[in-house]
Amino acid sequence: MAKEMLSVNNLSISFGGLRAVDEFNLTINEGELYGLIGPNGAGKTTVFNLLTGVYKPDVGIIKLDGKDITGQPTIAINKEGIARTFQNIRLFSDMSVLDNVKVGLHNRFEYSTLSAVLRLPKYFKVEKEMNEKAMELLKVFDLDKEADLKASQLPYGKQRKLEIARALATDPKLLLLDEPAAGMNPNETKELMETISFIRKNFNLTILLIEHDMKLVSGICERLTVLNFGRVLCEGPTSEVLNNPEVITAYLGE
Amino acid sequence: MSFLTNIINGISLGSVYAIIALGYTMVYGIAKMLNFAHGDIIMVGAYAVFLITSALGFNPLVTVLIAMFLCTFLGITIERIAYKPLRNAGSPLAVLITAIGVSYLLQNLALILFGADAKVFKSVISLPPVKLFGGQITITGETLVTIILCIIIMTALTIFVGKTKAGQAMLAVSEDKGAASLMGINVNATIALTFAIGSALAAVAGVLLCSSYPSLTPYTGSMPGIKAFVAAVFGGIGSIPGAFIGGIILGILETLAKAYISTQLSDAIVFAALIIVLLVKPTGILGKKIMEKV
Amino acid sequence: MKTLINKFNSDKTFKQNTITYAIVIVAYILCQSLILGGVMSNSMKGLLIQFCYYIIMAVSLNLTVGILGELSLGHAGFMCIGAFTGAILYKTLGEVLTFKPLLLLICIVAGALLAGLFGFLIGIPVLRLKGDYLAIVTLAFGEIIKNVCAAVFLGKDSKGFHISLKDQAALNLEDSGEMIIKGPLGITGLSFTVSFTACVILVLITLIIVLNLVNSRTGRAVMAIRDNRIAAEATGINVTKYKMLAFTISAALAGVAGVLYASSLSTLASSSKNFGYNMSIMILVYVVLGGIGNIRGSVIATVILVLLPEKLRFLSNYRMLIYAVVLIAMMLINWSPSARAKRDVLLSKINIFKKKTDEKEVQ
Repeated sequence: MAKEMLSVNNLSISFGGLRAVDEFNLTINEGELYGLIGPNGAGKTTVFNLLTGVYKPDVGIIKLDGKDITGQPTIAINKEGIARTFQNIRLFSDMSVLDNVKVGLHNRFEYSTLSAVLRLPKYFKVEKEMNEKAMELLKVFDLDKEADLKASQLPYGKQRKLEIARALATDPKLLLLDEPAAGMNPNETKELMETISFIRKNFNLTILLIEHDMKLVSGICERLTVLNFGRVLCEGPTSEVLNNPEVITAYLGE
Repeated sequence: MSFLTNIINGISLGSVYAIIALGYTMVYGIAKMLNFAHGDIIMVGAYAVFLITSALGFNPLVTVLIAMFLCTFLGITIERIAYKPLRNAGSPLAVLITAIGVSYLLQNLALILFGADAKVFKSVISLPPVKLFGGQITITGETLVTIILCIIIMTALTIFVGKTKAGQAMLAVSEDKGAASLMGINVNATIALTFAIGSALAAVAGVLLCSSYPSLTPYTGSMPGIKAFVAAVFGGIGSIPGAFIGGIILGILETLAKAYISTQLSDAIVFAALIIVLLVKPTGILGKKIMEKV
Repeated sequence: MKTLINKFNSDKTFKQNTITYAIVIVAYILCQSLILGGVMSNSMKGLLIQFCYYIIMAVSLNLTVGILGELSLGHAGFMCIGAFTGAILYKTLGEVLTFKPLLLLICIVAGALLAGLFGFLIGIPVLRLKGDYLAIVTLAFGEIIKNVCAAVFLGKDSKGFHISLKDQAALNLEDSGEMIIKGPLGITGLSFTVSFTACVILVLITLIIVLNLVNSRTGRAVMAIRDNRIAAEATGINVTKYKMLAFTISAALAGVAGVLYASSLSTLASSSKNFGYNMSIMILVYVVLGGIGNIRGSVIATVILVLLPEKLRFLSNYRMLIYAVVLIAMMLINWSPSARAKRDVLLSKINIFKKKTDEKEVQ
């Protein structure tokens, strides 16, 4: 039996009178590539926001690698090992591509503010290590040539990749990708699928992704959960779920 | 009894703040900018009345109407020349600095035209004072007119925004310019109208302010302008009743602080109250809570 | 030396920072030679120290506005705290400590520390707010500091310090006691002697602190918060910590500027003119015209904008009018999208030459 990386139990949150997520359950094993799908407004991004501590759940328990992280602040959750990307890209747009990744490395390579201001040897040593590590990550996403550009100058598809690179820089156990293929053309999507498979293998990752592109979902996800109106509609291996008549109805309507 | 007198004076000063704040809150709501020049429109309005009364000796009501017209024209012109080109500048700081430039411009224009010495403003209100409690409390005509006018203006604005088409257009534009223009609302005209109303109100406030506190200099409007913004923030920016309540509270607070604590520290106390209110309720007393979408 | 040249050519930020320091040093040498040559006018000499404290103010405000991305309208308040701390120490320690450079150093360090402390304490509530709310609250804090400093009476006698917000009589000073702050009249009888050289050194230290901070792990965290707070949090950045850090350092540096300001006066009194929101706004104008987040721009804009009204003095009352018109015109030209488009067209025509040189560099 594989180790459970993420286990979510009975998670619920309401906004006003609306139950955005209702008794949500999810178990993802270590190393798995898991898909969270569902029609617009089903509550998928809200689940991500709950997992990363942006929202505090009304009830429910979230465990990462056996440790209860429910209700922790976002920073603590990131340090525990969850990193994410955003549906509407959130890069540090006025900073360079390289610096975006270096922000991701912030908690892994440390020196004090004082040694930065005084430019002590520690500063130069750690900065060098950070640069090397960041370039290494950028290379994975084929962004190393754009390292000095401003993040906002990158084309859309590369911005999405940079967001993943930045998330990876925090050295997560679990990576949450919110619609990574949104706005990409079929070629870019194909390339992205390969990159996702590559990083999962080489970075020992467990990945949970939200996606509308069914080609991507059926191409790389091993298991799926379908969310509808905040509730789990069904879950299971990808091919089974996608052929479930209930799921088809939910997507296409009656 | 002196306490009651102080309260009444506070309401009067607060009414002036409220009238400015009403204009300010509408302008802020629609242009989303700290309009530092708003206070200086007050000064222009007061100078206009001062000049017309002393030079031409018109009837006070006519004089005030002319001043309102002048300020309206000025407000629209400033918006068109200085603010409109920067509406999509990308940084809110651009239009803020421009507003500061406009403020400097108006102050120094007044300085050149009228000099730095304080003009003694002759009250335009000739209502006799009202005596209460057998003469223990005297309410001046200025106080009475200020308070009544403020209530009338607040009510009229509430009705205007709530019931008229132009008012609804203002709400729509302040909510979302793009969507409003897709709905067929003339965004430019609506913004100009808002500046017109705000500036006209500033003229009224200038006249009332100088009728109660008759010293007029090129810098007269600057501090009341800031305080009116504080009042608007206090009550919840964008909210008409909020600006009214904020203005009145601020006026009372300032008057009481001056009377019982220290003239020197009265402004500090007013600002401290603002800080406390914003810490307890970050969007002001009647402000809406805004949540950032992730 | 060779490694330095190599570094200059390969490391972009090192190159940019070196240019910034070089500009300050060259300007300093130029001024000193003009003074030694006896060609500098007295009015210009009087401006030199002003340049320095305004530059420190602008650079430190740029740390808050440009790097942290929060609009502060109360920066003059921190300058006020620095100025009063420096002046009080000067008055009280002046008799004991006769070695003036050390006294000045103590004043500057103390001014920075106290202004920094206030920055920290004010930052706790202020940095929870956003945008214009934050702006108006910083303005409020600045005004409070200014007003309290104008209302405070401080005296010293054999029993120690006496303080009151009411009047001089409330201090109950002994006959031999000495007044230090006389309410609205402020602190009189100051006679600092601070050299232009010392001021320039402080400008350089300020630049080194801010530029080194910006190009570091700390600076990146601060800018990440500016660019996208939610993403910064999700990336594991402690938002509160870094906001506080930047705001506190910015305040401390304004405190240094305040001590320099006090050192150029014989009487220090807090008023709307020197520590009111108008001063904060004036510094903000320097920052915005120099380029938000552009530290070198702040230095250059400050010098130009301090110099401009002085050089226009012959126009008497018209000079501030012209200043206002220039300010509005510059904002419209620099920032309005339509003016920018026209400028870009113009520049692209000129750039034909520039592109060629760029290509050469690549080869």
